[in-house]
Amino acid sequence: MTKVRFRDADGREREVEAPVGISLMEVARQHGVVGIVAQCGGACACATCHVYVDPEWTQRLPPAEDMELGMLESAWEPRDNSRLSCQITMTAELDGLRVTVPAEQA
Amino acid sequence: MNGTIVIIGGGQAGAQAVDTLRREAYTQRLILIGAEPELPYQRPPLSKKFLSGELARERLWFRHRGFYDEHRVELVLGKSVTGIDPDARSIALEDHPLLRYDRLLLCLGSSSRRLACEGADLAGVHYLRDLRDACALQSEIRPGARVVIVGGGYIGLETAATCVKLGCSVKVLEMADRLMNRVVAPVVSTFFAAEHAKHGIGIVLDTRVAALAGRDRVESVVCADGTVHTADIVVVGVGAEARTDLARDAGLACDNGIVVDEFCRTSDAAIYAAGDCTNHPSPRYGRRLRLESVDNAFEQAKTAAQNMLGGSVVHDRVPWFWSDQFDNKLLIVGLQQGADRTVVRGDPADRSFSVCHFAGRELLALEAVNHSKDYMAARKLIAERARLDPDRAQDPSVPLREAT
Repeated sequence: MTKVRFRDADGREREVEAPVGISLMEVARQHGVVGIVAQCGGACACATCHVYVDPEWTQRLPPAEDMELGMLESAWEPRDNSRLSCQITMTAELDGLRVTVPAEQA
Repeated sequence: MNGTIVIIGGGQAGAQAVDTLRREAYTQRLILIGAEPELPYQRPPLSKKFLSGELARERLWFRHRGFYDEHRVELVLGKSVTGIDPDARSIALEDHPLLRYDRLLLCLGSSSRRLACEGADLAGVHYLRDLRDACALQSEIRPGARVVIVGGGYIGLETAATCVKLGCSVKVLEMADRLMNRVVAPVVSTFFAAEHAKHGIGIVLDTRVAALAGRDRVESVVCADGTVHTADIVVVGVGAEARTDLARDAGLACDNGIVVDEFCRTSDAAIYAAGDCTNHPSPRYGRRLRLESVDNAFEQAKTAAQNMLGGSVVHDRVPWFWSDQFDNKLLIVGLQQGADRTVVRGDPADRSFSVCHFAGRELLALEAVNHSKDYMAARKLIAERARLDPDRAQDPSVPLREAT
């Protein structure tokens, strides 16, 4: 089973199983990862599933499309490694992916 | 808070309330009652990716069953509440023992407004509100089916787009002179009408349905002007009404929804309500609102949960809405009532533009078509009651927040 790690704003890590084919946001929500609000449920309409992707993983993700980039611009404290977790689909290659959940969401 | 909290309703609001209550360290007995047998699930995909078959049923769930076990949430699913007794603080259910509560949260949602014309209950006539509705519609959709949609609002248009994707031949009948007329500016209606037409959908405006006709099942839709539209399937999306029966029978104040105050409290001090079913005051807008949206359900449920635990949080948010039709995303933030000027940013021909509604220099609302940047900027600007220069805002090369 593919696994991913969510780190909270205080540095605490949690490793969870991440079925291939669903989004990283869905993984977080299924496991009740605190801080991933995902109000719109993955429609790229709310920017409340914002995460910071660990640097070694940013280049291994498919790049964000315009709609996602536009959302991220006004997300809570966006950085270069910001992504919306609803726009990241889990694949076997993403086994071990590590992200940080911001202290707040938009 | 000592005792038992019961939530009635397993939609967006009910699911969120569970989440907030447990996160706010409420450790005592928590019961969620859902009339449907399903785990609490999301409704927005029902007209879109669930109907199209792209999203499996389990992916609609907010949380897996394990989450509820882990957080000691007692789920009473597939049971209908038959009555609430506010004096005894008890809830009567069908085929289930009486439940007692110390605090009760009503998340009853809304139900589809029904067509009242002749033939409205023929087989093949569908509504789209819950999972059962979506499965029933899905089971009849097949390539080549002639689908007539009554109502050119969000549900009707999203369903139309999905049906075309599944190979159906689709018509949309709308009473008004433009699509989504209650929620978007004319330029946005025109844009979406063109998008639907491009995909082969027949849009008929200014038309009123007089009857549905057919022998064993629906065969056609007859309009008031005599026009007949042949149909294998009819989908009705003509609005929704707050579900208030339980509240009214319990003696709670209801008026186009369950009347709540800014703390989400009903007229009974132990009973709160959240989501589509409420009629709530909006300090920001200075009037009462009844909203049908994920955002409102989510935020009110969160507020209600905090207040049930002794908080005094006021629900005062800028509402937002979205709709997906084909590859277009419509994002709306704010309410445009009271606007005295509307400016369009960008050219609809570019398939990415936004519409700003101003009252003087204050941005009241923004509709964004495939333009998430303006939408997100507007969320902040509207919340801050920012003053802008409407003339500058008209220039799409100026970022919205710099249009001062």
